Amino acid sequence: MAKTHVTMRVNGSEVEGLVEPRTLLVHFIRENLALTGTHIGCETTHCGACTVDLDGMSVKSCTVFAVQAEGSEITTIEGIANADGTLSALQEGFRQMHGLQCGFCTPGMIVRAHRLLKENPTPSEEEIRFGIAGNLCRCTGYQNIVKAIQYAAAKINGTEFREAAE
Amino acid sequence: MNDMTITRAEREAKLEGMGCKRKRVEDIRFTQGKGNYVDDVKLPGMLHGDFVRSPHPHARIKSIDKEKALKVPGVLAVLTAEDLKGVNLAWMPTLAGDVQMVLADGKVLFQNQEVAFVVATDRYAADDGINAVEVEYEALPVLVDPFHAMDADAPVLREDLEGKTEGAHGPRKHHNHIFEWTVGDRDLTDAAFRKAEVTIKEMISYHRTHPSPLETCQCLCSFDKVKGELTIYGTFQAPHVIRTVVALIAKIPEHKIHVIAPDIGGGFGNKVGAYPGYICAAVASIVTGRPVKWVEDRIENLCATSFARDYHMTTEIAATKEGKVTGLRVHVLADHGAFDACADPSKWPAGFFNIVTGSYDFPTAHLAVDGVYTNKAPGGVAYRCSFRVTEAAYCIERAMDILAQKLGMDPAELRLKNFIRQEQFPYHSALGWEYDSGDYHTAMKKMMDTVDYAGLRREQAEKRAAFRRGETREIMGLGISFFTEIVGAGPSKNCDILGIAMFDSCEIRLHPTGAGIARMGTKSQGQGHETTWAQIIATEIGIPADDIMVEEGNTDTAPYGLGTYGSRSTPVAGAAIAMAARKVKAKAQMIAAYRLEVHEDDLEWDIDGFRVKGLPEKFLGMKDICWIAYNAPPPGMEPGLEAVSYYDPPNMTYPFGAYLCVMDIDVDTGVYKVRRFYALDDCGTRINPMIIEGQVHGGLTEAFAIAMGQEIRYDENGNVVTGSFMDFFLPTAVETPHWETDFTVTPSPHHPIGAKGVGESPNVGGVPAFSNAVNDAFSFLGSTHIQMPHDFWRNWQAAKALGAV
Ligand code: FES
Ligand code: FES
Repeated sequence: MAKTHVTMRVNGSEVEGLVEPRTLLVHFIRENLALTGTHIGCETTHCGACTVDLDGMSVKSCTVFAVQAEGSEITTIEGIANADGTLSALQEGFRQMHGLQCGFCTPGMIVRAHRLLKENPTPSEEEIRFGIAGNLCRCTGYQNIVKAIQYAAAKINGTEFREAAE
Repeated sequence: MNDMTITRAEREAKLEGMGCKRKRVEDIRFTQGKGNYVDDVKLPGMLHGDFVRSPHPHARIKSIDKEKALKVPGVLAVLTAEDLKGVNLAWMPTLAGDVQMVLADGKVLFQNQEVAFVVATDRYAADDGINAVEVEYEALPVLVDPFHAMDADAPVLREDLEGKTEGAHGPRKHHNHIFEWTVGDRDLTDAAFRKAEVTIKEMISYHRTHPSPLETCQCLCSFDKVKGELTIYGTFQAPHVIRTVVALIAKIPEHKIHVIAPDIGGGFGNKVGAYPGYICAAVASIVTGRPVKWVEDRIENLCATSFARDYHMTTEIAATKEGKVTGLRVHVLADHGAFDACADPSKWPAGFFNIVTGSYDFPTAHLAVDGVYTNKAPGGVAYRCSFRVTEAAYCIERAMDILAQKLGMDPAELRLKNFIRQEQFPYHSALGWEYDSGDYHTAMKKMMDTVDYAGLRREQAEKRAAFRRGETREIMGLGISFFTEIVGAGPSKNCDILGIAMFDSCEIRLHPTGAGIARMGTKSQGQGHETTWAQIIATEIGIPADDIMVEEGNTDTAPYGLGTYGSRSTPVAGAAIAMAARKVKAKAQMIAAYRLEVHEDDLEWDIDGFRVKGLPEKFLGMKDICWIAYNAPPPGMEPGLEAVSYYDPPNMTYPFGAYLCVMDIDVDTGVYKVRRFYALDDCGTRINPMIIEGQVHGGLTEAFAIAMGQEIRYDENGNVVTGSFMDFFLPTAVETPHWETDFTVTPSPHHPIGAKGVGESPNVGGVPAFSNAVNDAFSFLGSTHIQMPHDFWRNWQAAKALGAV
C-alpha cells in the first residue's frame, strides 16, 4: 500500500515517518517511534490503555490514524516525567498511593490524569472518577488511582494532601 | 562493629521487611512507560502471525484455499492443520488430560475457533492475508445448552473420541460426556437427608465469564536453526511449565528451549494454559526461519482463550429445625466447551470444588460433578481462583442464605451456629480436606460490630415496611459472605500438572558487598513480587529489601517453579524464600561464630546480624558476613553465600474472610447502588499491608463485575454475543463501589512465616456477597434464588416476576 509522509511533535521532538493511510497512531508511536509505553488493550476505543495527549486533548490513539495526527503536538507517557528526569507529581502519586499493579493501564491512566488536572486542577473524587471513566483498570479497583490523582493535585497546587479515611 | 548510634527501631525500619508498607520497586519503570511487556519486544526480521477464525460454532470444513492469501503483499506463509500434521502438532494435550485442536482439523467446534495461521511482515499484512483465505464450511447442528449435552439425540461434537468409553478421569457416559467426579460418602449423606427436619434444594448457576486481563495473551517465538534452540517470550504465568510442555510435545530438548516471561499486564488465570497461538508462532518460526510474534486482539481474547466458571450446581442442605446443618449434597453440571482445557492440577477434574462445605461443620457431604462438551470456547480456567474454589464458595454461601430464609433465621446467626469452631482446627472436612487454622467467630463478629449489622437489619425492616406501604420504590439487601479458601497448590503428593509436581522455588545469592539477588519460580503479573519477596528476605537475613533484586520469568536463570496463579505464590514460593534465606543464615551463623570466636549456640540473631549472648558489643552484621563469606571464610568452608530451596508444602493454606455488601435496588428500573462494602480478610501473616489492600480492592472489583453483569453469553445458535468490551462488563471508576478493608491474623501453623495468600480471596468471597445482597433485597417479595449476573435488566425482570412492578 502506498505510504504517506507524516511529521508531528512527540514529547517535544520533531518526528517523521512513512505510514500507510490506515496505520493507527498507536502503531506509529509504538512501532515507528519505538515508544512502547503507550499500550494496546482493546483496539476498540474502550480501554484507554492507548491514551495520549494530542493538541491538548486526551485521545485514544487506537482510534486515530497516524495521518490524522499530521502536524500535531503529542505527549505520551515517556514525556510526562519532570524535565530533570525525576517522577512528576502524578507518577509519584501513583507510586505513593499504590495506584498501579500490573502497570498495563498506568501510562494511559497517567496521561489522562495529566490532562484532567489541567482541565480541572482541584477535582472532587466524583469528578476524578468521571474524568478517568474512559480508562479501564483490571487490577486496582480504582480507589487508589483516585487517591493518586488527589495526591498529585495537592502536590501541584501546593496544598496538603489528606488521605480520606477508610 | 555496628553503629551503636542507630536505634534498633531505625535498624529495623531500614530493612523494610515484613509487615511494612514498602512502596513498590516495579512502579519506577511502570509509571514512566518503561515496562517491558511481550508486545514491546522486537527482534530483527520479526514477522507477525494472525488467525483465520471460524464464523460457525459447529461445522465441517470442506476446503481451505490459501492461494489468494499467499499472493497478498507481505504474506509469507499460511498454516493449516494439514501443515501441522507434518510436525505432529495439529492437536495438543490440554492440562486437563484432554486433547485440543491447534488448528481446525476437519471441523470446527466453536465460534472463532482457530482455522488457519497467516504469517506476514506486519500485522496489517497478516490481516489482509486473513481476509484472502477462503474456507468452505458445511454447518452442523449446534449444541449450546449443557443441560441437553447428554440427550440421546445430541449432536456428536468430538468425533475424535468416537467409541472411547474411558476418559482421562474415568468412564464416559455419553458421547458428549467428559468425566464424572464424585467425592464423599453417598450413603451417609442420603441417610442424613432422609432424617432431616428441614431441607433446601436449589439449582445455583455460576455463569460463564472471562478473566480478561488488560493485556491479552501474546508471544514471540524465535527458532535458531543453527543452534536448534527455541526462544519464546510470552505472557506466561507459569514459564517453566510452558518450557516442559513445549519440550514434551515439540520434541525439542528442554535445555534448548528458553522461555522468557517479561512484564505481564495482568493474568487472573488467563495466562496459565497453552494456546494455539503459541504453537502456531513456534511452528511458523521454524518454517520461516524468522521470529514470529502473535498478539491476540481483545475479541479473540474474550471469544477463544479460556473462559472461566460455567458451573451449574444443584445444591441441597439438610438441617435440624434449630438450624444445625446435618448434610450437604451437590451435583454440578460443568460446561467445558469444545475441549476440556481446564487449568487444574491434573488429578482434579473439578479442581478443589470439594471445598464446597465451606466454613461450616457438615458431618457428612457428597459431591458429584459431570463435565460435558458443548459448542463453546474451551477452557475452565481459574479466574483469580484456586481451581473452582470460587464456584464452591458461591454455591455454599448462596445455599446457606437460602436455608436461613427457609428457617426464618438471620443468615449471620445461621453461619455463627454452624462455623467450624476454633478448637476444631486442624479440621478434617467431610469432603477430605484438612483445614490448617481459622478463627471464624472472631472474624464474623468483628465484621458485624464494625458495620453495625443489627442496625442495618433494623433499617432494612423499616424500609420493607415503607415499601409495603407504597412510600418507597427502593428495596435494600444485605449480602453476607463468609468464605474459606484453599490455596497454595500444593503438596506434590496430590497436586501435579501433567505429572509435574507443584512445588516452588527460590535461589538467593548474596554478593560480597552485602547486596544480593533472589531468583524465583514464580511470575508476577501485577502482584508486586519484586517488592514483597525482598521484604521476606530482609526480615529473615537482615539485608535491606532495597539491596535485594528479585528476578522472575527467565527459565534459564530461575530455579524450576510452577508459577503464579491460584494464590499459590506466597504459600509455596513465599515459604521457599524463607527456607532458602534460613539456609543462608545458617552458613552466616557459622561464619559469625568463627569470627567472634564463640560457639554457634552462643550467638543470637539481632535484626541484621549476630550478637554474642550476654556480650552485646560483640556483634557481626550480615553485610560484613557477606564480605567474609567470599574473601576470608573459616578454614575448610567453601567460599560464597547462597542457597536454593525447593519447597513442597505439607498442606494447603486456608485463608478466610467475612464480607458484607449493603445494596439498594430501585424496583422500577432495576438500578442498584452498592451503598457499602466491607471486606475483612484473614490471610495469616501479612507481608505488605499496602499490597494486600490493593489486591483486595482489585479482586472485589472483579467480583463486583462478575456478580453484577460480566458474562460470556452465547445465543441459541452458538454465536458469542459478548465478544468485546462494548458488551462484556468491565466496570469503570464511576460504577466501581468504594471498598472498606479490614483484617484479622490467624497464621498458618505449617507455613514457615505463617502466611496464607490473599490474591484471590476477594474474588472468591466477593461474588457471594453481591449476589446475596441482591437476593436478600428481593427475598421478602417471595423469591428464594435469582441467578447471576444481576444487571439492571435482570433486576427489573426479577421485580416484575415477583409482582413488584
Ligand atoms: S487500545 Fe485504544 S482504547 Fe483500548
Ligand atoms: S494496573 Fe493492571 S490494569 Fe491497571
